[in-house]
Amino acid sequence: MSKFTKKRGKASPTVSTASLPDIVFMLLFFFMVVTVLRDAELKVKVSTPYATELTKLEEKSLVNYLYIGRPVEKYRELYGTKPRLQLGDKFANIVDIPLFLEKHKIKVPESRHGQITSSLRVDGEVTMGIVQDVKTQLRKSGQLKVNYSAKKDPKKSK
Amino acid sequence: MAKKSARDRMSPEINAGSMADIAFLLLIFFLVTTTIVEDKGITVKLPPWSEEEPDITRLKTRNVFSVLVNAQDQLLVRGQVMDVNRLREEAKLFIANPYNREDMAEKPTKAIISLKNDRGTSYKAYLQVYNELKAAYNELWDEMSLRKYGVPYSEEMPFAYKKTIRDEIPFVLSEAEPTSFGEE
Repeated sequence: MSKFTKKRGKASPTVSTASLPDIVFMLLFFFMVVTVLRDAELKVKVSTPYATELTKLEEKSLVNYLYIGRPVEKYRELYGTKPRLQLGDKFANIVDIPLFLEKHKIKVPESRHGQITSSLRVDGEVTMGIVQDVKTQLRKSGQLKVNYSAKKDPKKSK
Repeated sequence: MAKKSARDRMSPEINAGSMADIAFLLLIFFLVTTTIVEDKGITVKLPPWSEEEPDITRLKTRNVFSVLVNAQDQLLVRGQVMDVNRLREEAKLFIANPYNREDMAEKPTKAIISLKNDRGTSYKAYLQVYNELKAAYNELWDEMSLRKYGVPYSEEMPFAYKKTIRDEIPFVLSEAEPTSFGEE
């Protein structure tokens, strides 16, 4: 009987925490790598519709974002409630698109200019009028690769 | 002498005990700010800009699958009102034309889908229609791929396989300039 109690008494009751910083650092690095600090504050409400035939946008650096939606509460007094276009972090007009595309283009190596995709993040409730204008402007600017941003339909999983 | 001994007493290493705390602080910061954004969507290739509209009246009517979406998000497919849920099946039937019907596409390479919407159409409805049409093609590609190669169609397939399939059933979707009856 005394055999057992002796053994137990010898074992130290504390767990070594020496490797804790290593574990935490590992987690830290993981999150640092996956973090994308939001570069643009959304000034328009964008809730993209559902779809099933989705493709993933692979490289972030080759994508530029165009937001279309109604201004959020804060900006309604100034900009009204009609759907607006947002480029980068400010409201813009259709005519500003070519310059916006050009500004993005100079950050991309020339050999990859053909792979640039424009991601249209459009609110589902917006009418096609403004979307059509944006599309026409994109075509005129030679930006033909477009991605209509959408969410995976949770009900109809393919 | 006494001064020197005081210096000796200082340990040369930094206490690393608070390292974990600092790391935790940073970890929590990144945890909070992280948004693992899922960037997904329907990829579309827009046609290059040209001043004149493409003329689809030259085409045989049997080869054109016209889809109209009005400002009330209602669908008119080849002159008939249709529910969006049926669009995929109808489009597939039209493109593949398994019964060789007179009023459907001669062959998949000749099939053209013509999509026209109003400026008052909601984006949601437009995207839903586009999604269904794309799905019709995806399903046809899948079926053909399974028949020919025994694997479903995917972007990772060998290029030659993909090309064969896409040559036989090309995705042709022509979008006309929208009407403007229902602009808000």
